Amino acid sequence: MTSAPATSPSATSPSDERVGSSRLLDRLVVRPEIGALLGALLVFAFFSVVTEQFLSTGGVATWLDDASTLGIMAVAVALLMIGGEFDLSAGVMTASTALVTAILATRLGWNVWLALFASLVFALAVGALNGWLVMRTGLPSFIVTLGTFLALQGLNLGITRLVTGSVQVSGMRSTDGYSSAGLLFASTFTIGGTSFYVSILWWILFTAIAGAVLVRTRFGNWIFAVGGSALSSRAVGVPVVRTKILLFMTTAGAAWLVGSINILRFTSVQANQGIGLEFQFIIAAVIGGCLLTGGFGSAVGAAIGALIFGMARQGIVYANWNSDWFQLFLGVMLLAAVLVNNALRRRAERVRR
Amino acid sequence: MSFPKKQTQLEVRGIGKTYGSVIALRDVSTVVNAGEVTCVLGDNGAGKSTLIKILAGVHQHDAGEFLVGGSPVRFSSPRDALDQGIATVYQDLAVVPLMSVWRNFFLGSEPTVGFGPFRFLDRKQGRSVTRTALAEMGIDLRDVEQPVGTLSGGERQCVAIARAVHFGAKVLILDEPTAALGVKQAGVVLKYVAQARDRGLGVVLITHNPHHAYPVGDRFLLLKRGRALGSYEKTQISLEELTRQMAGGAELEALAHELRGVAE
Repeated sequence: MTSAPATSPSATSPSDERVGSSRLLDRLVVRPEIGALLGALLVFAFFSVVTEQFLSTGGVATWLDDASTLGIMAVAVALLMIGGEFDLSAGVMTASTALVTAILATRLGWNVWLALFASLVFALAVGALNGWLVMRTGLPSFIVTLGTFLALQGLNLGITRLVTGSVQVSGMRSTDGYSSAGLLFASTFTIGGTSFYVSILWWILFTAIAGAVLVRTRFGNWIFAVGGSALSSRAVGVPVVRTKILLFMTTAGAAWLVGSINILRFTSVQANQGIGLEFQFIIAAVIGGCLLTGGFGSAVGAAIGALIFGMARQGIVYANWNSDWFQLFLGVMLLAAVLVNNALRRRAERVRR
Repeated sequence: MSFPKKQTQLEVRGIGKTYGSVIALRDVSTVVNAGEVTCVLGDNGAGKSTLIKILAGVHQHDAGEFLVGGSPVRFSSPRDALDQGIATVYQDLAVVPLMSVWRNFFLGSEPTVGFGPFRFLDRKQGRSVTRTALAEMGIDLRDVEQPVGTLSGGERQCVAIARAVHFGAKVLILDEPTAALGVKQAGVVLKYVAQARDRGLGVVLITHNPHHAYPVGDRFLLLKRGRALGSYEKTQISLEELTRQMAGGAELEALAHELRGVAE
């Protein structure tokens, strides 16, 4: 990426002539996020032309905000998918963490910061449990996290009803520490007279960290390795179990961040929130270039995948179309992404014996 | 033996392993010396894989002794074995196909720069070291950024061998490195096996092809149904005899006779 071809001519000069001129193109094509980037430009251009509000600062703030919480989760789920696993409990987890925070703060009178901390511990514990179960049993994470998904869904409804007598927890605004916590997770900042939610900054920050970890650190190398071939990784000494459990915990931690953003912004939470979002996270990650089979993908790509989501969802609203069309768009987008990814993987895995 | 006594890197004495009620390996003994190749031969199900999995730290033996550098050991993970200088290259599991050559080369031992939370991969170093280490083994690659999956089967094995040599392995275990390869590719891999040996590594070469084992091997351990069928120094056995024993000796002759009968 950074180095020009043939940095040390003495060592590589005999091999250079075999590289050929298509190398730059090859390099670009194997970047997992290229497809998503092109898709994002297309969607952006399309709605910019078709609707008026889309490009207004208010419009930009709206679709960026829509993409932000989805994006945080999509990036975490992308890391997990590159590591070769799924987490179907990620969607409902965003509600579970919000519920834990809300119940502790509103019913038990805990300070919001303390409630947030307890909620984080809860999230990380569930993530670790997911990872431990998957690694311990060797079962597909798809089925294990389907179990935790259903269990959490039941817990969310059951406990909320038990504590509040309804399926909603509200009243965050009057709790201790609400304003300071809200400042961090749910405030707005103003650029050129338009206010943007701070969740956009969280999204950018999270993507930047995840991207750097993935490409620039040992742990990132291990993520690719355990997803690409867990057995080979173990054979060369990569701590496969620890890596995967940490990835599940990262996903749960991201769900905590999104849950916290939601509860502090809306000050109430429905017990059945978050259900079905897990597929949106996976779709955004796949649009961003992640392979369903693991070992390949990009954090930045997943963030762009979420951006496409946000732009299309809001663009359709601005265009005054029925939101049914969003599902059609999503399906086409997903199919296109899977086809492109598949072609890329074949290219990368092409075997010459 | 006429040649001087070499340093023994690794030794198993009467080693055994059972999986439940299945006896996978029983009473097998051999040595691996520095600068020599110990070949483990046997048909499918002979116990070759069990033996190397014990040596590599994937499984633990439950009978006999396993000595590294003269002292008994019991590895709990492949990492333990690696730390003792025992590197294993598996037939299909040598590398992660979707990762680049240099990332594979350094996998599990990545070079980093910086400190604390800001420890990053030293990518420049990784690329250049990979290039030189491969060049030293005589492997000429177009580009160390290409995914390993784009290499040929032989080249992939060679990358894995070069990696083990580079990271200071004392013992190199090769699981059927030539099994899935064409004649020419197999020859190339054997050349690197010989090169690793000449660099002073003790090599364990697992194969079911005596024609691959004989040219590079110094010692031959024949396994059959989990037991040692025989153990020979190179001076004690000819290729013909090795092939005959390997193929089941008398059994094969009977089969050949039978087949001749069918043909006539």
